[in-house]
Amino acid sequence: MGIISRTKSIASGRKGPGIFQPMRDIFRLWKKGSVYSKSTSFIFQIAPTIYLSSVLMAILMVPFGDQPGIISFNGDFVMFAYLLAIGKFLMVVSSLDTGSSFEGMGASREALFSMLVEPAFFILMGSLALFTGHTSFHSIFSTMHYGTYVSYLLSALVTFLFVMIAMIENSRMPVDDPKTHLELTMVHEVMILDNSGFDLGLIMYTTNLKFAMYGALIAEFFIGSLPMVIAIPSFLLLQAGFAVSVGLLESFNARYRMSHNPEFIFILTSLSLLIFFGVILILGKFF
Amino acid sequence: MEKFLIELFNLIPFLVILGLPFFKMRGRIILAFGILALQVILSVVVAFSVFSNGTVEYSYPGSWITGSIPVRIDALSAWFIPIIGFTFLTGAWYGIQYMKNYADQKDNLSFHLIAYILAYTSMIDICLVQNGMVFLIFWEIMALSSFILIIFEHYKAETLKAGINFLIQSHISILFLTVAFLLAKINTGTFDFAAISAYTYTQPAIVGIGLFIFFFCGFAIKAGFVPFHTWLPLAHPAAPAHISGVMSGVIIKIGIYGILRMLLLIKSDMVSIGYFVLAISVITGVYGVMLAILQHNLKRLLAYHSIENIGIIGIGIGLGTIGIGYENSLLIVAGFGGALLHTLNHSLFKSLLFYSAGNVYLATHSMKMEGLGGLIKQIPHSAYMFLIGSLAICGLPPFNGFVSEFFIYSGLIEGILSRHFLFIMFILFIILGLVIIGGLALICFTKAFGIVFLGSSREKHALSFKENKVVMAPLYIIAFLILIIGIFPVLLTPMLSKAIHLYQSDHGFMSGLQLNNLLSNLTTVGWYSLGFIVLVAVIYFIRRLVTANRQVSSENTWGCGYTGETSKMQYTASSFIRTYRKLAEPIFLIGKHKSDAHGLYPVMISQATHPHDKIEKWLIDKPIYFIRKVLKRFVFLQNGNIQAYILYGFIFIGLTILLPVIIDKIIALVNFLNQL
Repeated sequence: MGIISRTKSIASGRKGPGIFQPMRDIFRLWKKGSVYSKSTSFIFQIAPTIYLSSVLMAILMVPFGDQPGIISFNGDFVMFAYLLAIGKFLMVVSSLDTGSSFEGMGASREALFSMLVEPAFFILMGSLALFTGHTSFHSIFSTMHYGTYVSYLLSALVTFLFVMIAMIENSRMPVDDPKTHLELTMVHEVMILDNSGFDLGLIMYTTNLKFAMYGALIAEFFIGSLPMVIAIPSFLLLQAGFAVSVGLLESFNARYRMSHNPEFIFILTSLSLLIFFGVILILGKFF
Repeated sequence: MEKFLIELFNLIPFLVILGLPFFKMRGRIILAFGILALQVILSVVVAFSVFSNGTVEYSYPGSWITGSIPVRIDALSAWFIPIIGFTFLTGAWYGIQYMKNYADQKDNLSFHLIAYILAYTSMIDICLVQNGMVFLIFWEIMALSSFILIIFEHYKAETLKAGINFLIQSHISILFLTVAFLLAKINTGTFDFAAISAYTYTQPAIVGIGLFIFFFCGFAIKAGFVPFHTWLPLAHPAAPAHISGVMSGVIIKIGIYGILRMLLLIKSDMVSIGYFVLAISVITGVYGVMLAILQHNLKRLLAYHSIENIGIIGIGIGLGTIGIGYENSLLIVAGFGGALLHTLNHSLFKSLLFYSAGNVYLATHSMKMEGLGGLIKQIPHSAYMFLIGSLAICGLPPFNGFVSEFFIYSGLIEGILSRHFLFIMFILFIILGLVIIGGLALICFTKAFGIVFLGSSREKHALSFKENKVVMAPLYIIAFLILIIGIFPVLLTPMLSKAIHLYQSDHGFMSGLQLNNLLSNLTTVGWYSLGFIVLVAVIYFIRRLVTANRQVSSENTWGCGYTGETSKMQYTASSFIRTYRKLAEPIFLIGKHKSDAHGLYPVMISQATHPHDKIEKWLIDKPIYFIRKVLKRFVFLQNGNIQAYILYGFIFIGLTILLPVIIDKIIALVNFLNQL
């Protein structure tokens, strides 16, 4: 997270904060008291907790190097997606709890965009499962192998798609601008306008974790079959690379108009379909 | 033993009907509830003895019309019996509390009680008998008694209209079923279900498929598959809350039972049947949820969600059927297992949702979302129950909806590894459908829960309703079961695997290993769901510890500079789904009435949207319009003269008697002419 904002600053000609600044912000928030809106209920207070636990649980599923994740079973990516969904459900509902029109707007967009992006993720994982013949994160990534030129092309597409899904799920640039100062144009940030203190800290921490988790997933895509010794440094390198590229992407990319976002996300779905057909092509399952 | 229990089960409802006149209202209710509870216990005992001892089979001699009446209770029937019983029981319990507002309509209530018990009895009997004729009789009893249940508030024109719509559509369903059973009867000479199996086995595949499509249409009307779904969104808002819960929870599931039963009987080209069911189911699921989002009446929204869930169940059934066709036991297990489990799960969370929506109605006397809000402060328990129900229906862990959807997903993911190209394409289509259903359900229920229960109230309501333990008890029980199934799905696996085994045994390629794999996978999922709950609890505990002595204050919601308290600034249900509505506009007919602001000082502006069902318009309204046009020519026959009607009756009777004779004579004449 810190790396992104540093990259962005450098790219836009500023010096920028240190890379540990987000963590310091979170600690500062954790020390503060909270202000709750009068219209809110218990849902509003528990939602950040559930949000954090859902992401933590999902992180446990991400494999590392050639080791499986702590939680790993056949079809675990279904549970991965659904766990993230429960956190999202609670966040959306809690932002409706405040009764503010800004937050309702953000909630509506968040729900819609995450709905639209899910098919892309599932088809992507489905085609990877088809490609490798396995159905859990770990076995898919560890048995990934590249043979023909087509498969290289595919892996490039897959990486691009993963990055894009990560950007949308984390409400980052082409879809949502976390740094904007106009509530009408925000998605994720506007949902948490009324959160404060410890809860806001939890949410920010979760957002960072989620970002790192997607980074790990992407890194895993490359290093899935490597042994631990090589995996750790390359993992760190890839994570940093992911952050830098996201930072660059954000610096040189304008946010899309809100009404164009669904179209953009549909493109991702069609891309994932392309990957799917590519996989079928490689495996020669046309008859 | 089981025979005796079943006979007892069928006899005691008559006690109610005979006994009711001798009691006061309170006594009637207690009597009816007691009898219902007794019936449920009897039927559940039978179901469990079937699970432990295998199929029960005996038969009655019957009459010359019906032939012998075989009663076979196998694991499939035994799976449905407890589901139906449980939902009817909680429905009765909740209904007693819900109906207290109508205590002055004594006769109406008594009639309601009798219809309720008759509906329950006939539904259980539908699961038991295997004779086409008797099946149809019970089906008719069920249709009529549920019609009476729906039109409890028959003095409202809207309710009556919805009820008559239901009555007509259920008779169309009976028409399909009658034709199908008669086809079987003509070709086999008996109404016994077993004959269908033998018959379709010997005939070419197309006969079996044709027969199945007839059965499917009949059952699909009951279950609410698109395009036969149009009675659902009308009947559910019209019925009292407990009836909506029971109807959505189990009455439409009887259609699913019928389809599953027929799949067990018909031996034909299962692959084509499977594709047929799959295609319809995916459309049903996506269409149902897409329309559900647009609804602003809480009960109507839930009704459309029933259609969506029927779609999910149908996807499971379709997968399993294809599994039979391709002799892939994993698909059979995942498909039918998912479908059966989702049937149970849906009956639980849907009745929970309808009961808590009923509480909303009791509290505000309104079902219009745009006027509700902030109810979590007035009826907190109902709000949490609704939240649990919505999380479960979205298929989120750690609740039961996730278990059954995961079941179906694992079938899909394993299916994608198959070798048939067409099947892979289909699976792609289904995964897309299922994921979209999941995402849209998320939007729909964040909207339903967020708008109705959270924020602050949008209109003033006279709150007359207080939650108490007696009202909430059935809801707690259901919510507890939802959680238990979500965490320990393993509790259900022995029964589930017996029911699935029915579909496998006739091929004799039951592979225990794969089944165990899948089931142990399910157990793992359950444990991780438990882990998730524990994690939430731990983090919440830490949060409590850390923030215990922090300063907490309460302020108004940030209003971009506006500091007053108002609920008018809140996001509304229709604005919440505006972006979605724009996307979905081409598919639906959304009537919009809008008055724009004019001039320097605009006065009042308004906007209203009315989503319409395109399929309903093209498939039902248009044909009816043309039929009416034709029939209008004959309106002179309906002259209100009773003598004329009697004449029509005589003409009809005369024709039916004379027609065969006349035809005989004509044939004789033709033969005579030929001989000349």
